[in-house]
Amino acid sequence: MASEALRLEELIDRGYQQGFYTALETDTVARGLDEDVVRLISAKKNEPEFMREWRLKAYRHWLTLAEPRWSSIVHPPIDYQAISYYSAPKSRKDGPQSLADVDPALLRTYEKLGVPLAERELLAGVAVDAVFDSVSVATTFKDKLAELGIIFCSFSEAVQEHPALVRQYLGSVVPYTDNYFATLNSAVFSDGSFCYIPPGVRCPMELSTYFRINAINTGQFERTLIIADKGAYVSYLEGCTAPMRDENQLHAAVVELIALEDAQIKYATVQNWYPGDKEGRGGIYNFVTKRGDCRGANSRISWTQVETGSAITWKYPSVILQGDNSVGEFRSVALTNNYQQADTGTKMIHLGRNTKSTIISKGIAAGHGRNAYRGLVKVAKNAANARNYTQCDSLLMGDRCAAHTFPYIEVKNATARVEHEASTSRIGEDQLFYCQSRGIGPEDAVSMIVNGFCKEVFKELPMEFAVEAQKLLGVSLEGSIG
Amino acid sequence: MNALVADRFVADFERVKALLPGAYVPWLQLAREEAFTAFLDKGFPTLRDEDWKYTSVAPIEKSRFVLTPAAAKSCNDLGGVGTQALPGARLLVFIDGRHAPELSRLGALPAGVTVDSLAAMLEREPERLQAALACPAAGYASGFAALNAAFVSDGAYVHLAAGAELEEPLQLLFLATAANLATHSRNVVVAGAGSRVRIVEQHASLNAGAYFSNVVTDIEAGRGAAVEHHKLQQEGPQAFHIAAVNAALGGDASFASSSFAFGGALARTAINVGLNGAKAQCSLDGLTMTDGRQHVDHHTRIDHAQPQCSSREFYKGVLDGASRTVFNGKVIVRAGAQQSDALQTNRNLLLSDQAEADTKPQLEIWADDVKCGHGATVGQLDPDQIFYLRARGVDAAAARALLVFAFANEVVERIRWLPLRARLERLLRARLPHGAGALQ
Repeated sequence: MASEALRLEELIDRGYQQGFYTALETDTVARGLDEDVVRLISAKKNEPEFMREWRLKAYRHWLTLAEPRWSSIVHPPIDYQAISYYSAPKSRKDGPQSLADVDPALLRTYEKLGVPLAERELLAGVAVDAVFDSVSVATTFKDKLAELGIIFCSFSEAVQEHPALVRQYLGSVVPYTDNYFATLNSAVFSDGSFCYIPPGVRCPMELSTYFRINAINTGQFERTLIIADKGAYVSYLEGCTAPMRDENQLHAAVVELIALEDAQIKYATVQNWYPGDKEGRGGIYNFVTKRGDCRGANSRISWTQVETGSAITWKYPSVILQGDNSVGEFRSVALTNNYQQADTGTKMIHLGRNTKSTIISKGIAAGHGRNAYRGLVKVAKNAANARNYTQCDSLLMGDRCAAHTFPYIEVKNATARVEHEASTSRIGEDQLFYCQSRGIGPEDAVSMIVNGFCKEVFKELPMEFAVEAQKLLGVSLEGSIG
Repeated sequence: MNALVADRFVADFERVKALLPGAYVPWLQLAREEAFTAFLDKGFPTLRDEDWKYTSVAPIEKSRFVLTPAAAKSCNDLGGVGTQALPGARLLVFIDGRHAPELSRLGALPAGVTVDSLAAMLEREPERLQAALACPAAGYASGFAALNAAFVSDGAYVHLAAGAELEEPLQLLFLATAANLATHSRNVVVAGAGSRVRIVEQHASLNAGAYFSNVVTDIEAGRGAAVEHHKLQQEGPQAFHIAAVNAALGGDASFASSSFAFGGALARTAINVGLNGAKAQCSLDGLTMTDGRQHVDHHTRIDHAQPQCSSREFYKGVLDGASRTVFNGKVIVRAGAQQSDALQTNRNLLLSDQAEADTKPQLEIWADDVKCGHGATVGQLDPDQIFYLRARGVDAAAARALLVFAFANEVVERIRWLPLRARLERLLRARLPHGAGALQ
């Protein structure tokens, strides 16, 4: 037992394993934010006028807003003037024509991460639109997807190549006035991914993007826009790891999903950014606005997320169920250890008839971690026969952690059926005893119980993500059982 | 609060402060002044206050209510008291916020038990109320609490010495008879160690029209004390009712609360329970039945401050017409409050398409060895159940009424004192949708 405890100590003290930093020349704009910086970003990206105006409108609106204070998150004030709002890998300037032209240091970074960027992408069967800091470096499988009429490219490229689509859909789910961080993103977003699936097309592979934050003090402002036209289907993966860093980094991304009639979008995230050290120093501030719009009848959007990283996670992937018979799903595992804070949840806005939503949220708090579920289920007056099922469970490990549940339920239609259930507990002594009496060691027992606790979410993840998610969880959890 | 409204309250306060009970007691004068300043500072809550997100009190702010006349109203039996009195209970009656001794029926009290009106206590032994009427350490929870403290005119004072027991339940009957009146009542219950008391706080109206009653009930239960508090809110259809029940429990103490909200145009009851000693326990039950354009709000807050406490909460709502109900239940488990056990249930039944139910059960947990859960549902009558009854010859209206009754009665059944349960069942039947006759 003593050696067991020792091993656990080791695991607790285990540093962030994905911590490495690639020395890379970057083209970075001086710190600070004003209209000129917004214009500069727009100019650097050679954007059409409508984009520049949109950014400026967002910036001017942002000046009128104050940082939100309603969440249970505590952090020192963020100095928005101390951030550099644009950083592009130098090599981009000459425009890499193929992978061979890409900075080798960059490629090595991806190799360490196991991103299937070179030939490996074929084996892995994954198309990657890799975002390194702010500019997309390489996009794979593009030709293959293009045959089907699927557009999958960096956001900057989409602005150049498909301005009409961008103009039509950008900000139609998350308007530039939406909230403090989304507005900031609208003004200064540097790049991101764009995806359009034409009518009736089923995307044959899992689309995926790996986000990285690298240059010192560069906030990362990504913008993702995914449109599934009538009857289309797409499954999208987003996964992240980040190098070890001392200073806090701000990340304010926006993701917009649009599902037209009979379309389906599956969006999965594994987030493992640097969470700060054992004392809570450093770590990423992750303020993300994610929202899907089931615009057409019979459409379906599902969010699946595994959040184990970041010092702060502030994120509410939501679904607006506009179309009749549309379905929204949200499945989440959020883990906070040491001094991590997570305030996450979802909003399901039922507007159409016969709409359904499911919310499964699993929060795990260990160490001094704080974990909050905050969600809204709203059934509007005309949303006849709306159905919602919500389950929020929290698992507590250690007497210094905290778990909160803040569900909001607003029902304005008598035919709605809304159910909400929540529980908070620690791992049962009897469950542990049961396992141990059958010869399973305490650590394996805990891992088994926790994996069982999260199973409902993991089973929705694509295979390779599920494996990664379980590994991530394993590392953080084993360390927190004493 | 706009300047005009504020000026009106300043004028009111200046006019009545010398006429309020205990006006000559220096510490009370000071406390009232302090509370009034706090009220001016806080103003009325708005929808921007998270705690008032779903309840707009603008109609109260806009209305011009006359403050409780300072002099006790002499009154004969208004006809209402007799029918409201619960059999076997000791009765303390308040007419328009003022104690009516001639209508009250307290009887001889056992040793160690004091029951009187707050105003009388302020005449006789004001010092016994000093702690209760001082500004709370954490400040006033809302503008209404501050307003109550500034203008408090009367209420019940109940004191039980250690080990004392009041066998017969105590009924506090607040009757409104005059329109356009604002009453600010305060009940103070101090239950010493090991004492036992059962209190029914009832608010009703005798065709009083529009009025505003602002009530605060403070309960302190010492070590091992057992306190029951049942609140019946049957205010008139145009009435505004804002109430707070604050209970602080010592170790091993128990508190059983129920809140039945049937009346009022705009009504809100906040119940705050502090489990401040180890192994304290509480149960909070509630039933809201609304119709027309009623807006009824229940806010509960249970604070597990010490280890090994348990709390149970069971709230139901039945909504008809274009009514709206709000339920907000918060359970806090403080760091170190290990082996806390909390369970909360909120169920709502929507009978009409115009009705709206907003519910917000919350858990805030800072300890790990806990068992906490909550469940909330919003739904309608099960068509299968209606079909089942209809197939057995029950007509549609009666089937509906029967199912609504069964849904609501689940809360009433938890009342242990039979006369109160019988009264509530009667009230329930009277409020059922058409076809209630079939239930007789």
